[in-house]
Amino acid sequence: MVLTSFTPIASLVGGAMIGLAAVLLMWATGRIAGVSGIAARLFPPYEDREFAGRLAFVAGLAAAPVLVRLVAGGLPEQTIAAGPAVLIVGGLLTGFGSVWGSGCTSGHGVCGLSRLSVRSLIATMTFMAAGMATVFVMRHWS
Amino acid sequence: MAILVQFAIGLIFGLGLIVSGMSNPAKVLNFLDIGGIAAGTWDASLAFVMAGAVAVTFVGFGRVLKRARPFFADRFYLPTRRDIDARIVAGPAIFGVGWGLVGFCPGPALTALGFGSLSAVIFVVAMCAGMVLARFIAHLPSLARYVTPADPLET
Repeated sequence: MVLTSFTPIASLVGGAMIGLAAVLLMWATGRIAGVSGIAARLFPPYEDREFAGRLAFVAGLAAAPVLVRLVAGGLPEQTIAAGPAVLIVGGLLTGFGSVWGSGCTSGHGVCGLSRLSVRSLIATMTFMAAGMATVFVMRHWS
Repeated sequence: MAILVQFAIGLIFGLGLIVSGMSNPAKVLNFLDIGGIAAGTWDASLAFVMAGAVAVTFVGFGRVLKRARPFFADRFYLPTRRDIDARIVAGPAIFGVGWGLVGFCPGPALTALGFGSLSAVIFVVAMCAGMVLARFIAHLPSLARYVTPADPLET
């Protein structure tokens, strides 16, 4: 495993920026900033005409590191330890589960909790527990 | 104009993920590693990200939702479901395993595409396949009739 340092201030500030984005999206489009819902609706079946806006939002996510590199001249550390097989399995489970459960860390964790949704609270506690259990098995049972 | 604004909002979201350190899966995994609390390797940062995000969203939603309508739409599209069914537990349980395996949830994974790593591309392609599969199954006639809202993906 790769050690990382505890960054309370940066994480609080970055979290506030994520919250600001969620508020702005609600103000602009009237919709929840749930990344899994936005990404999943880029694929058929299409139920509304919001495709271009969703694509723009996702493009904005991917453009963020490009902007940081342009302005700051570099990017913060990113360590992806998983190999190809784990990446594929992890990606499939992440995509399937977040859509099956109607949301991920942003839709349930940020927006849902902020709306005091019981469904989102149950979802958030469940994916936190499942994530912790998975890391525990991966790191401490082998 | 609305499209440009949504690009800018995605950009702010992505910048928030980078500033907070959540674009680094190692930081996420070290938060999820409760075995690391005793070992001194636990990274509590993710809790601070959530705290900052929920605080701003809680206050901001309260103000925005007092408005008559969104700036670019005719109404607010808020989730209406309150029922607790099997899927609200099964879905997050499956997602949590994927999250714990790699350290990516959907937002950081899409942001990681801009870091230019092949690993992020592999993960995102698999993630999209999983999303398409889940929507396909959710839209099967045998399942869809149990779902009351028009969109089975309503949060």
